[in-house]
Amino acid sequence: MDSVNDLTLQCPIPIQQYPQVMLAHGGGGKLMHQLIERMIGPAFHNSLLDVRHDGAVFDMPHNRLAFTTDSYVVNPLFFPGGDIGSLAVNGTVNDLAMCGARPLYLSAGFILEEGLPMETLWRIVQSMRRAADESGVLLVTGDTKVVDKGKGDGIFINTAGVGAVEHSLSIAPASVLPGDAILLSGDLGRHGITIMATRENLSFESEIESDCAPLAAMALGLINAGIDVHCLRDLTRGGLASALVEISEAANYLINIFENSIPVREDVRGACEILGFDPLYLANEGRFIAFVPEAQADDALALLTAHLNGTGACRIGTVTDDRQPLVTLKSRIGATRIVDMFSGEQLPRIC
Amino acid sequence: MKYIDEYRDPQAASQYAQAIARLTTRPWTLMEVCGGQTHAIIKFGVDELLPKEITLVHGPGCPVCVTPLELIDKAITIASRPGVIFCSFGDMLRVPGSEKDLFMVKAAGGDVRIVYSPLDCLKIARENPDKQVVFFAVGFETTAPANAMAVYQASQQGITNFSVLVSHVLVPPAMEAILSSTHNRVQGFLAAGHVCTVMGYTEYEPIAVKYRVPIVVTGFEPLDILQGVYMCIRQLEEGRAEVENQYTRMVRREGNDPARKLISEVFQITHRKWRGVGEIPQSGLALSEPYRQFDAEMRFGVEGYTAEESSDCISGLVLQGIKKPNECPAFGNICTPEHPLGATMVSNEGACAAYYRYRRFPAVSVSTREA
Repeated sequence: MDSVNDLTLQCPIPIQQYPQVMLAHGGGGKLMHQLIERMIGPAFHNSLLDVRHDGAVFDMPHNRLAFTTDSYVVNPLFFPGGDIGSLAVNGTVNDLAMCGARPLYLSAGFILEEGLPMETLWRIVQSMRRAADESGVLLVTGDTKVVDKGKGDGIFINTAGVGAVEHSLSIAPASVLPGDAILLSGDLGRHGITIMATRENLSFESEIESDCAPLAAMALGLINAGIDVHCLRDLTRGGLASALVEISEAANYLINIFENSIPVREDVRGACEILGFDPLYLANEGRFIAFVPEAQADDALALLTAHLNGTGACRIGTVTDDRQPLVTLKSRIGATRIVDMFSGEQLPRIC
Repeated sequence: MKYIDEYRDPQAASQYAQAIARLTTRPWTLMEVCGGQTHAIIKFGVDELLPKEITLVHGPGCPVCVTPLELIDKAITIASRPGVIFCSFGDMLRVPGSEKDLFMVKAAGGDVRIVYSPLDCLKIARENPDKQVVFFAVGFETTAPANAMAVYQASQQGITNFSVLVSHVLVPPAMEAILSSTHNRVQGFLAAGHVCTVMGYTEYEPIAVKYRVPIVVTGFEPLDILQGVYMCIRQLEEGRAEVENQYTRMVRREGNDPARKLISEVFQITHRKWRGVGEIPQSGLALSEPYRQFDAEMRFGVEGYTAEESSDCISGLVLQGIKKPNECPAFGNICTPEHPLGATMVSNEGACAAYYRYRRFPAVSVSTREA
């Protein structure tokens, strides 16, 4: 967050006369025009956005495209390791990456609550720009609406994204094969615990920060190096457990993982013990699993660990040839149990 | 992690399991009292390490599970009133009442909030002087001190817009009810470590003598439970029936004196109905006379509710260790965590929920010794 603050100091709020968002900022008139022209347009400036048309028009030279959308309602808006802006960009970029696509273009829809401090919006917009720059993705179209005070919660953001699929692999749960190694890109649970701790004012000995990060470079790195990637999945809501159960159900193979091999940082484990959470179900915003052939597992792991966001990557399990939609876990003390999806809501509004 | 990993060490677990096997000469049935222990057993697969002669049955120590249906209905009635902020631990929100649960009240516009400490409610009450703040005070002796403290502080600070809906229950009377039943199959107990952290274990000594049953105060990690089983089996094999303390790093014989004093200041012992089990004499806590003004039942006029359980739910038998969750015809088909018939399928500490989450598929075979 310090770096965001620094940026704010360097770039003063471009709209000075309104310290807070007014209903008229979404009304289609002068104030909305000013908001777009002075703040959002310049922040994301690129040739497609600068046309200021109802939509972006561009060439797509590739055979296959990936297209995804996600809405962000996280509470609180700012948390250690990220904010709703970086989440809104990275989340959609990561969904594209999990399709094996190179993220190209994003749209952004802002739903602002009347009274939102303009400075807050400015910090979020700048954070989005930095995240977009980091992933090399362009924000090419958008929308702004303002709802009455009390009818929103500061700001909600929707982003949609388009990416190019530049290979012939079929990266999907149905492509998973017996013998596949399952690689995890790093430690689990930091995003969920960070949101929880920030929201409830819980403090731990050390500050736990969200793992929010872009994953496209790592995922594409595997594909470009010739790894026969069978499936990729980011571990957001529902965590590792839900991702594995979904893939096992779609592939109809029994997946076996080892509790001892799953990295969870000590402070996160401590928080989980206190709060009664299971790290397997906690949300992450910068973690994914990759299903790759056993013969390429070591190479794939080396590629992941060489990356800044993948230094903690490791193997956590394998796909068996048992044709049933089931995930089993070998516990720390050597017994086997099933891993199921979580019922209900472990933590609401984490992204 | 320190103080956790040591108690989940696979080698030590295996050595304890072997020691238990060497000790065991015939079938024994033990009950772990606390739902937290049940979940640890099922989650880590502790029972899979035990010799086939030993059967673990799961006890009544899940506060969410034993809170009677009519109390959930009372909570729903109070939470639905305008001007009420209803606060609860998260688990209680999904427990089905006669017609709906607290999540449905929240969805319909009721101000229902999850809190992590009852003391948070006092802050909410101070910040909302024009609202009535109600806390759903459920639980065993473990949560009683914090709940008592909230009432005590409200009284000291003159916070008049705070009240508690009390459904506190006590472990020793429930153990006696199980042991007195003609269906009882429990030969030894792993007593709930955290309850004893507060209360100590002097209350259990007459029970061990009267019913000739070993009682081992036991912790919650896999090695705690294995050691508790070892100590309990050793007593059974040697023909002893005493109270022993496995959980010495937390529990003293006399318990936590300030906590006990606070409980007896704010609460008094009363008859209490247990969900699925029925009324057990002297088995619960109610607000004592000087604190009766904080009783939400009186304040909102919801005394005298009654409600009938679903006849398909055998949670009462599960809570008494007479049946296992997977012996219920409704288990996993008409009763799931998404559509629970009884509270044992809802709570994180409920035995049915533990079985459903960790071992409902025959593929993970543990059914061989569950006859």
